[in-house]
Amino acid sequence: MMFYILRRILYAIPIAFGVSVVCFALVYIAPGDPLQTVMPPDATAETIEIVKKAYGFDKPLPMQFLIWLGRVLTGDLGMSISTRRPVILEVSEALANTSLLALFAVPLAFLTGYVMGAIAGSFPGRWIDRLVTGTAVVGVSLPNYWLGIVLVIFFAVEYMLLPATGMGPNGSTGFHILEWSSAKFLVLPVITLSMIPVGILSRTTRAAVAEVRNQDFVQTLRAKGLSEWAVTRHVLKNSLPQVLAVMGLQFGYLIGGSILVETVFTWPGSGFLLSKAIINRDVPVLQGTILTLSLVFVATNLVIDLLQSLIDPRIRRA
Amino acid sequence: MALAFAAMTALAAVAAEAGGTLTVGMTAGDLPITTGNPDQGFEGYRFVGFNLYDSLILWDLSNGDKATDIKPGLATGWHIDEANNKRWIFTLRQGVKWHDGCDFTADDVVWNMSHSTNEKVPEFDPSQFAQARSYLGNYAKVEKIDDHTVAFETKVPDSLWPYEISYVLMISPCRAKEVKYNWVDYAQRPSGTGPYKFDKAVPHQRMELVPNAAYWDKARVPKQDRLVLVPMPEASTRTAALLSGQVDWIEAPSPDAIDRLKGAGMQIVTRIYPHNWTYQLNFAKGPFADKRVRQAANYALNREDMKEMLNGLMLEGYSTVPPSTPYYGNPRLYKADPAKAKALLTEAGCLPCNVTLAISTSGSGQMQPLPMNELVKSNMDAAGFEVTLQPMDWNALLQVTREGVGKHPDVNAINVSRQTQDPFNALIRHVWTDAWAPKGSNWGHYSNPAVDKLTEDIFAEFDTAKRLQLLTKLNETMNEEAALIFVAHDLNPRAMSPKVKGFVQAQSWFQDLTPVTLSP
Repeated sequence: MMFYILRRILYAIPIAFGVSVVCFALVYIAPGDPLQTVMPPDATAETIEIVKKAYGFDKPLPMQFLIWLGRVLTGDLGMSISTRRPVILEVSEALANTSLLALFAVPLAFLTGYVMGAIAGSFPGRWIDRLVTGTAVVGVSLPNYWLGIVLVIFFAVEYMLLPATGMGPNGSTGFHILEWSSAKFLVLPVITLSMIPVGILSRTTRAAVAEVRNQDFVQTLRAKGLSEWAVTRHVLKNSLPQVLAVMGLQFGYLIGGSILVETVFTWPGSGFLLSKAIINRDVPVLQGTILTLSLVFVATNLVIDLLQSLIDPRIRRA
Repeated sequence: MALAFAAMTALAAVAAEAGGTLTVGMTAGDLPITTGNPDQGFEGYRFVGFNLYDSLILWDLSNGDKATDIKPGLATGWHIDEANNKRWIFTLRQGVKWHDGCDFTADDVVWNMSHSTNEKVPEFDPSQFAQARSYLGNYAKVEKIDDHTVAFETKVPDSLWPYEISYVLMISPCRAKEVKYNWVDYAQRPSGTGPYKFDKAVPHQRMELVPNAAYWDKARVPKQDRLVLVPMPEASTRTAALLSGQVDWIEAPSPDAIDRLKGAGMQIVTRIYPHNWTYQLNFAKGPFADKRVRQAANYALNREDMKEMLNGLMLEGYSTVPPSTPYYGNPRLYKADPAKAKALLTEAGCLPCNVTLAISTSGSGQMQPLPMNELVKSNMDAAGFEVTLQPMDWNALLQVTREGVGKHPDVNAINVSRQTQDPFNALIRHVWTDAWAPKGSNWGHYSNPAVDKLTEDIFAEFDTAKRLQLLTKLNETMNEEAALIFVAHDLNPRAMSPKVKGFVQAQSWFQDLTPVTLSP
């Protein structure tokens, strides 16, 4: 098992390196320039060239990349061009804010999606299956930024029950999850963010459960006289590895932050940070965020792989 | 007696709360930086820059009925040195204190100029260099004459220098030294002389400012108790935040939200201000090098249709500056006349006339760029052009703009809205040969000896009335030359809760929030 874990961790290193090279290249291939947006609208190209030198953007690209990589290896992700704060601080704060959303969105999405899928898969072709499948299709198909706006209009504008945007009331300096004045800011973004994973997971679970139910061992279990509840437990356990793989991807999606949902709710998470960094071409923030998120994805997949191999040892042997 | 005391206490409590907290939803994607001249365009100046800080010369924002002009700020007066027309003498205001309690002196002005321009001194801040440099292109040096007088020298005679220095905000050397020139720390504890003091900020979420009760201009001590600034780049989010009572004021509501906001009892305020939505043209290569083609493009446009499309939230643009500008004059107006446009194209031998316009999908001051550009294309195509729109994001268009036609010869025009707050930015930079991009903002490399002579005369004319005549002549010439395709002037819409009282919308990119109160 230890060898398996070590091997997977070693695989993560070239992936992280590859991601950093690709993201560095993409930033420079895209039209635009890191200093265009932070400079005043009336700044001339000549002025920008002078400032480029001050920030080190005048050096050849490979050298800029090596300098950046050298810093990263010592844990220094550089400074944001826009805010002038350390990137590590920007990314960690954003990731913490997104994690807060994920903390509620993950159980909501996973539990709801799994239960819906398990019920539908247990009664294939029945009305409950059709209802759940239809709901899942709606969940997957609705653009979440549109859903977010609709929820805002309904709950914030029309009935004024929940705040429309932001992450805490005026005057607060931190988010206090146990206080309703803060916690209410979570409700609408969490529901919006959960909708797509609910749809995906319920469909995946339904398919996995239905597939397992058709396998021979289920007939054997029934022939042995097990109760339907006991059979269902076996079916659910055997369908879990397939569902876990999708949960891993969805967990990465939720923890990575949604640019659209976080923009609609002005939630200062990693998706919001990433979108601002793209618009502003804030290269250090962009690189730092993508690298961190890719490491989160790699780590999540590693954990999911380990969980799968624990549930089904055949995977480890393969 | 006890009753009277209780009543007085209650009244005092009401009075203390009378100003209320004003919460503003900005269009900015993030909180503007607080280390002096802010980022986030002029919105940064509007809400953070000119609230925390002062410049030597400020803008008079007290009257909405006329175009704004400069007024004394940290300097009480200024005049050109009679012996040297490149030397401006500034008399500084006495008795002004920084928010940190230090006195404002001539040494502070000298220090601030080093801070933004001299990379060899410890107080140099590259980001402030980046922000201030645009307005200091003609700056040569500053010297202290005495504790309350400084002299600025410009590289060439510059009658417009007071306008340029009005954009340079002064920060406290005391606080900068206290934080050992660590600008990240300074950003958390900024110190200026402005009407508001920094209270706190949550990065990316909100900044809270409180009144500076000791502000030197007693008429501008803020009347509200607290000003909260919230970045909300998404228009629908701002609208929802206002309707739900989460904010009291939003910048730039989208035109299609206006009826909904009015229906909910919100105040919609609009006012013409020094903004234009035009196309800067390529004079170096392509059809727009021919004046007749430029005039045809201007005749092709039906600006009334565009106004209708924008729910009335624009003024038809027929010149670089809006008609309320003192140097507007009597320019040639290109009212919609597609037949005349086609005749001009025929005469110029450019029919159909293929042109490529670089446009952005969004951006500061760009209004509703996609539908507006589609309408322009439709109008121009109907008059004999064949327009290709080349959309790009705002950052990429800014780069095309700054690099000039030298690097982008196949782009025939760029659609970049501009501020026209002062004469240089309104007129000169578009047509002065010395301002050819990438050195300046003359993107399309317009060059005309007569216009250059006029520009030099303007710079050398220190009599305000005579300079106004020259500026008027320049504006009229630019219209005659069809130096740009004139389309629209934004009306600077903002929406606010009925509780907001006392706001006077100035004809400016900057606004004075100090008189605003909120009724309970």
